[in-house]
Amino acid sequence: MHAPRLPRIGTLAAWRDTARRLAAAHADPANVDWGLETDGAPALFDEDLPAPSRSLRVPKAFAELVRTLVPERTGEGMALAYALLVRLQETPGLLGNRADPQVARAEAIAKEIRRDLHKMHAFVRFREVPAPEGAAEGARRRFAAWFEPDHRIEEECAPFFAARFGDMDWRIATPEVLTIFEGGELRLVPHVGLRPDAEDPLEQLWTTYYGSIFNPARLKPDAMRAEMPRKYWRNLPEARAIPDLIAGARARVAAMKDAAPTPARPRPRPAKEAPPMPDPHDDLFAAAGGAPGGSRSLAELAEAAHDCTRCPLHADATQVVFGEGPAEARVMFVGEQPGDREDIAGRPFVGPAGKLFTEQAEAAGLDRSDYYVTNAVKHFKFVQRGKRRIHQKPAASEVSACNWWLRQELAQVDPQLCVAMGATALHALTGSGAGILKRRGAVEQTKDGRPVLVTVHPSYLLRLPDADLREAETAKFRADLARVRELLEERAA
Amino acid sequence: MAKMTIQEKLAILSDAAKYDASCASSGGSKRDSRKGDGLGSTTGSGICHAYAPDGRCISLLKILMTNFCEFDCAYCINRRSSNVRRARFTVDEVIWLTEEFYRRNYIEGLFLSSGIIRSPDYTMEEMVRIVEGLRARGFRGYVHLKTIPDASPDLIERAGLCADRLSINIELPRDASIKALAPEKDAGEIRKAMGRVRLQKEDFDEPSHTGRRRGKFAPAGQSTQMIVGADDATDADVLGSANRMYGAYGLKRVYYSAFSPIPDASEVLPLKDPPLLREHRLYQADWLLRYYDFGLDEIVNRDGKGMLDLDIDPKLSWALQNRGTFPVDVNRAPRETLLRVPGFGTKIVDRILKARRAGALGLEDIRRMGGRVKAARPFVTTKDHHPAGLLDEAALRARFVKPEQMELF
Repeated sequence: MHAPRLPRIGTLAAWRDTARRLAAAHADPANVDWGLETDGAPALFDEDLPAPSRSLRVPKAFAELVRTLVPERTGEGMALAYALLVRLQETPGLLGNRADPQVARAEAIAKEIRRDLHKMHAFVRFREVPAPEGAAEGARRRFAAWFEPDHRIEEECAPFFAARFGDMDWRIATPEVLTIFEGGELRLVPHVGLRPDAEDPLEQLWTTYYGSIFNPARLKPDAMRAEMPRKYWRNLPEARAIPDLIAGARARVAAMKDAAPTPARPRPRPAKEAPPMPDPHDDLFAAAGGAPGGSRSLAELAEAAHDCTRCPLHADATQVVFGEGPAEARVMFVGEQPGDREDIAGRPFVGPAGKLFTEQAEAAGLDRSDYYVTNAVKHFKFVQRGKRRIHQKPAASEVSACNWWLRQELAQVDPQLCVAMGATALHALTGSGAGILKRRGAVEQTKDGRPVLVTVHPSYLLRLPDADLREAETAKFRADLARVRELLEERAA
Repeated sequence: MAKMTIQEKLAILSDAAKYDASCASSGGSKRDSRKGDGLGSTTGSGICHAYAPDGRCISLLKILMTNFCEFDCAYCINRRSSNVRRARFTVDEVIWLTEEFYRRNYIEGLFLSSGIIRSPDYTMEEMVRIVEGLRARGFRGYVHLKTIPDASPDLIERAGLCADRLSINIELPRDASIKALAPEKDAGEIRKAMGRVRLQKEDFDEPSHTGRRRGKFAPAGQSTQMIVGADDATDADVLGSANRMYGAYGLKRVYYSAFSPIPDASEVLPLKDPPLLREHRLYQADWLLRYYDFGLDEIVNRDGKGMLDLDIDPKLSWALQNRGTFPVDVNRAPRETLLRVPGFGTKIVDRILKARRAGALGLEDIRRMGGRVKAARPFVTTKDHHPAGLLDEAALRARFVKPEQMELF
């Protein structure tokens, strides 16, 4: 029979050392009676323990489990921890099996200890202690608390408070241990403590807050007691208000219901500021941080488009994403529709495909200030999978509903050349989007006779799985974009 | 009028904040003051420092900077036309209260909201000054800031660099209700503001070209609140709206708040007991959407009316309508199937998957590892149990319905 008696402070380290020696000696868990020095005299049959010789292997999770088993009040936790240590040598995967009665029991105890720790973190209430006579100006403020944990968790708890209240001196007394934090030094001493009789002037303010944040129309005292059992109440200053708050709740609600509703007070509503007059030099681009120059009609169009309900897509999208660029642009790029990022930002071509487009356009020698970018459809269409929004191809009806806006943009910008990127854009501009890859590189015509250069949508490039193919296709796309300059020069000539 | 004491202000401005459901203090970036150069710590998981008799936890000092407001939202006690007593904290008062409460371990930090005074930017800047002031003094506790949707992006940026969490309340699930009940608010603007917060956070989370972070922007993300029962929106409307916001703006949480009587009610809204049970079912459904891979249609299409079953929880409700997918063999079924069993939460399912490697499980094993066997029984087979005819029983639903409406008072 072994009857180790561990110290009240430093219990965990002492348990570890003792358990190691016992396990090395193949001591049967049934023959070990774990206890604390403070429990009284050691049992009669204690024997000297061998030095640890056998090397013991435990999974990481066991170390964590031990931390929460050793502080258990009755000693069952320490005994279980030792039993598991012994069994783990034969069955390394033991802790994963929660159907095992010993593992289940250990986890149940650990859960209780974690709850006790959590409640101590939550329910300790510090009271300020006046500075001693002659204390230096700006000295650390001093606080003291009294708490009664169910288990021996003071050591496990202390670092939490040291990390939290680093710039003040404090003491937490429990019936058995005094935790002291002074000048940044943490120490614990065993003692016998009694609940002090103390108050703090802030307690009244705190109780005021506690009473005011409570909503009497939602009274649920059982739910409160489940999380804040009565045993804690005597050390919580705010708990003194509970009986009156509960007793008065029904009457407060009844009074609210009986009171006649208030009509709107005849107090004039402060006038809403008139929207600033648009500056004639302002345009979409300037507003978006781009280059100046442009027309106001485009801005007006964009404004009007915000309330567009021509197709059902407006319902789920965040906002309309109108085209942007100078009103006198010579080229208009038309894409498919805004994506997730465009929908949030409210600007076209700012997502991954948009970034690729801008890069390639730059590489092809196109200056951002020379062109106008827009989409065939101005609202984001998607299906939601979990938390992700997956882009959906717009239906023909949605493309034709949105064509009204595209025609307005064409009329306002009056570009010398349109570039259709992808089948949807091609469909919107020419009436047919079929066979895009065959038509790619050709110059076709819009219904009102404007030249349209056909190319792919940059998102097509992003979707290509093969790196070589992607590189080749990107080069082709860049070549298509480079043709824009040639075509413009031809027209100018 | 005599100058109000801080106690009077606190009473008014915390009373005015009690309709905001959020009090969470989790998810912030980890930090501490162990070196003695400041006050406070955040551990990543929240701490509830007290519970009010309404059963809700108190984690943060939840107050309004002021309850003066230029808006006239019918559901709100602080609306312009309300006769409620008004007060306003100074910047220093809020800082002092937060620090002193924190030092006594009453709270995890501050949840600051405000009525809108003068202009959105003015209001937002005052709130930002409070939080910047706290941080400048070395305060490392949790801060949740309710942002003003119309405030300028650089104020939101300053807010996000100080606060752990930002939130903007959508309040009502349908745009038409917002138009009717909150005439000064614009649902589209609120969504755009949430979108901007998402983009700002993404921009800050991306290391710059030098590989250094520019700062931590709202590490605990953003959240919102929807009031339930103030308009005639269905649960499908509420959950649909939440689902879209989770998807579009990456919200960490949507809080559902049963509309509860306010002391100075508007003519427009009836004073009824708050629909607490409905609120509870919405939270359960929200959980199924986020962690159990349920689709919205699976949860709310029960009777074509778009409402959740109040008598039983939404997962049980789904299981009873889809009895064909049961019984599930606990010892063989994959994770996603086990997650659909009533009485099994994500933790239990993980434990089952681990434990069944060591041997076939019986009902008692499942009980031991924390599963709610009573709920699961009709839907599972184990080594020692088969539900047989139980699953086809017409009265199966009645076994789970409590004979009386849940006592709420």
